[in-house]
Amino acid sequence: MMKNRGIAFKLVFFILTSCAVIFLVIFAYNYLFSRRIIIKNIESSAKNLTLVTVNKIETVLCSAAEVPESLAYFLEEGSYDTEEMLKLLKSMVENNPAIYGSTAAFEPNAFDKDSLYFAPYFYRSGDRVEFKYLGNDSYRYFYLDWYQIPRELGRPVWSEPYYDVGGGDILMSTYSVPFYADIGKEKKFMGIVTADISLAWLEDIISSIKIARSGYGFLVSKNGTIVSHPQKGLIMNETIFSIAEARDDPRLREIGREMIKGKSGFTPSRSIFTGKECWIAYAPVPSSGWSFGAVFPKDELMADMIRFNRIVLGLGAAGLLFLLIVIVWIAHSITRPLRILAKTTRDIAKGNLDFELPAVRSKDEVGELANSFIYMKGALKRYIKELTEATSAKERIESELRIAHDIQMNILPKVFPPFPDRREFDIYATLEPAKEVGGDFYDFFFIDDDNICFVIGDVSGKGVPAALFMAMVKTLIKSTARTTSSPDEILKTVNEEVSGKNDSCMFVTVFLAILNVRTGHVDYVNAGHNPPLVIHAGKEVSFLKDATGPAIGIFENGVFEKERIVLRPGDTIYMYTDGVTEAMDSGHHLFSEERLKETISKLAGSSIREIIDQMLEEIKSFSHGMPQADDITMLAVRYFSAAKPDRARAAHRTIVLKNSLSEIKKMATSIAEFGKEKNLPPDRINDATLVLEEAINNVVSYGYGDAKEHTIIIDVDLAGDGLSLRVQDDARPFNPLEVTPPDIHAPLESRRVGGLGIHLMRNFTDNLEYKREDGKNILTMRIPCR
Amino acid sequence: MAIRKAAAFFMLMTLLGAFNITAAETPLKEASFIPQWVPQAQFAGYYVAYEKGFYKKYGIDLTILEGGPDSPPYDALKDHKADFATLWLSTGIREDAAGAKLINIAQIVQRSALMLIAKKSSGIKEPKDIDNKKVGLWDEIFQIQPRAFFKKYGLKVKIIPQSYSVSLFLRDGVDVASAMWYNEYHTIINSGYDPDELTAFFFHEHGLNFPEEGIYTLADTFKKDPRLCRAFVSASIEGWIYAFGHEDEALDIVLKYMAKAHIPANRMHQKWMLERMKDLILAGGEKSSVGRLSPEDYHRVAEELKSNGMIDKIPDFNLFYKDCRIYDEE
Repeated sequence: MMKNRGIAFKLVFFILTSCAVIFLVIFAYNYLFSRRIIIKNIESSAKNLTLVTVNKIETVLCSAAEVPESLAYFLEEGSYDTEEMLKLLKSMVENNPAIYGSTAAFEPNAFDKDSLYFAPYFYRSGDRVEFKYLGNDSYRYFYLDWYQIPRELGRPVWSEPYYDVGGGDILMSTYSVPFYADIGKEKKFMGIVTADISLAWLEDIISSIKIARSGYGFLVSKNGTIVSHPQKGLIMNETIFSIAEARDDPRLREIGREMIKGKSGFTPSRSIFTGKECWIAYAPVPSSGWSFGAVFPKDELMADMIRFNRIVLGLGAAGLLFLLIVIVWIAHSITRPLRILAKTTRDIAKGNLDFELPAVRSKDEVGELANSFIYMKGALKRYIKELTEATSAKERIESELRIAHDIQMNILPKVFPPFPDRREFDIYATLEPAKEVGGDFYDFFFIDDDNICFVIGDVSGKGVPAALFMAMVKTLIKSTARTTSSPDEILKTVNEEVSGKNDSCMFVTVFLAILNVRTGHVDYVNAGHNPPLVIHAGKEVSFLKDATGPAIGIFENGVFEKERIVLRPGDTIYMYTDGVTEAMDSGHHLFSEERLKETISKLAGSSIREIIDQMLEEIKSFSHGMPQADDITMLAVRYFSAAKPDRARAAHRTIVLKNSLSEIKKMATSIAEFGKEKNLPPDRINDATLVLEEAINNVVSYGYGDAKEHTIIIDVDLAGDGLSLRVQDDARPFNPLEVTPPDIHAPLESRRVGGLGIHLMRNFTDNLEYKREDGKNILTMRIPCR
Repeated sequence: MAIRKAAAFFMLMTLLGAFNITAAETPLKEASFIPQWVPQAQFAGYYVAYEKGFYKKYGIDLTILEGGPDSPPYDALKDHKADFATLWLSTGIREDAAGAKLINIAQIVQRSALMLIAKKSSGIKEPKDIDNKKVGLWDEIFQIQPRAFFKKYGLKVKIIPQSYSVSLFLRDGVDVASAMWYNEYHTIINSGYDPDELTAFFFHEHGLNFPEEGIYTLADTFKKDPRLCRAFVSASIEGWIYAFGHEDEALDIVLKYMAKAHIPANRMHQKWMLERMKDLILAGGEKSSVGRLSPEDYHRVAEELKSNGMIDKIPDFNLFYKDCRIYDEE
């Protein structure tokens, strides 16, 4: 959860939480400690209060008790007469305002054998003291509590308080003292002396007790009856136990039980009055068995402490709030620049460097960071400016390089066959450039009518220097070859020329050979180049001897030895650069000379164009997907046979056409020229044109499966009394002679297309031959001229 | 059979309070009633029936006299101060046997509430523990069951006359006190003794079930107007049933009467009393049995009275008791 929050939140959260915890711990300790002290104080003052109150009650009760006790003592002394006793009783009531009535009640027949009851009773009625005898069949005092209880218990007893029957609402209690007569050694119970005593003073004592605002005192009798309580309705109607029952308050019942058992205590409870939490302190009134209780309202007594604690809490909360503001302010002062910096960084990432940073005046870490940002902004701007410049420079160079590369490619001969009228050999080459400008090259040119020079080379290094160097070497070779026709001489001269000014220490490997097309002799020099392969007509393939000299440009005085091989008709020399053998597959394996030899052996029967194209395919599939590291250059020369004698050549014409129907016109023009030149009958020339037109039409329309440019070679020979026409093309194998002669009598619409041309050819020629040779269709026709 | 059925129907209608033909047709008859003690929940049914107008509904313009120690209900009947009164069954039989010609027209309380109570702290846990103890007894009819009880368990006790209060018991002046379950028992509890500190002897649990309050009238009164008697019983029973179903309302009514009579009132005490009255009155388990006096109960009480010499001969049950719940005029 915290992970995703900002610094400000974390600071606020952790610091505030910690402070709040510390504060609460201190507060709680303070609260509990002060509370304990206060409760202790309340308890001790509660004890004092109950003690003082109980003492007050005791004092009154005891002094009231003295009067009947002394009368009982008097009666026990024995010697008195009735009159004296009545006088004493009367004066007792008269002289003691607290006593409302008094009697000396005797046991049945104890005072007078003839009367069952004897109980003279003096009592107040208004201001006077009245007299009557108690006891008759409807008031059998022997069985009343005031008589019976002290009798049975054998000791003086304060009765349960009661309301005076005669007069109003005066709460009374009767103090009954038993008196005895000594009969021999035994004490005989004689009767009870009573004093009815008003408890009005009790109410005064107890109602004067005020504890805080709602605290009060109360008194319960021995039976638990409420004798004094601020809630008047409870008095004499309820006992503390019935209140507990009504309130379903077992705690209060327990307190009541403790009270009537004469125990004292200080215990928490709930006020009968307000229902609020309070403490009840209680103590017995020993002489009567009653119990005094005092209710100490908790909330009121604790009010000061609670207010104090509220103030402390309030101060704490205010402190925390202040702390919150301070932390938020500090956090803000830290995070605001940080947020701006973060946003700015995103802008920088988008490329916007023209941002304005707010001034951070502080010298702290944030200020430092802001300064670093401003510095970074400057540095980045400078860097980007430089980078832009560098990039544009690089782009210019690259574009120049591309141009250089194009120029390099353009200086290589690329039209095949380059010498269509030379039948003694075939030559084909390809250069597959690598991405970078490389230094491979090849070239071929006739030195004279019979000697053709062909050369393949590979300049060390790459890029523009290599390209320039290659161009220079190629030019040098060609120009040197005009002055000397010996390969070793050529290279020697070139080497001297190159080495002398070779400050950049570049070099080039070269294989240079000169083929004499009459003899099939090949003189060659291998200046540090890969050994070419010779494909013999009998399908045997072998490498030429290794280098016969150093690479050009290394030693100014390098020695180059000339070697010679003799090619038989059908033999081929296959040359290549290290782009072939060092092509790599994804496992960094080289294509290798072994694989090269093997592949070439398989392709030996094909035309040289096919060999080179297939090789290229092979290399590409070998290095499947890997970028081409070097130029791949291949050059192949196949020797057929020596050229024909000059005489024949006189009546010979070669027409080279492209595979387009528009070329037919060119053919027709050329044939017409040839006919004029040789004085041939125009009919025959027309025939020849017609036949050729038919043949070319067939080849161009149906022979090629691709859209590439192909060459169709037509040899025209005037031999004997006939005109020999030879059509050579590299189209698909097609023997027109195998086509069924057309049914010329059939209706036009059901005749097969094409067949008609062959029919025509047969009609105009006296000899028609077809052969497939070296991947070429060769159609030979003879048109009789005489 | 037909009579029984009709009576049952009548009773049902009465209990449902649907039977008010009398009220609608005839003017109210004046009558008076005295309970055998001061107003308290012991008589809640009558006060409630009065306050809820049940007596009027049954055609009675009733006056409830204030009972108490100074107004013995039997005297009020005898002196024609009251037409109806509640008496204990034992009192009823005794007075009838003495020639008073009383009729029990409904036995309301089915179970004896009189009991003896002792503190466990004085070592009394079962009947034999009472031997040689001081026992507080009320007088007259309140002594019949205790004495039978002592006889039954062969106990010798020192009898102390007991007043209306239980202070003597609470102050340990006696070991065993007489108590009414609905009254003194609760007073003792609410004087600080817990029930588990006390041993209670319910007479009805010791084969001495003396049903207590019943409604009585003089034979002459009954003879003169049995319909009035029947109406009084019906309204009273309805009052009781209503009081049991509406405790708070009943207590409010009782407390009102207590205040009027200047009797110290304690709602919790009255509540206890009303609940115990419910137990005692519905001891038969069914509302329909309220008011019935069973011959067994009658003879148990009468035999005991006779053996104590309080009566010479047992009055005829059928003359003594008229079941007004099902009484038909013919």
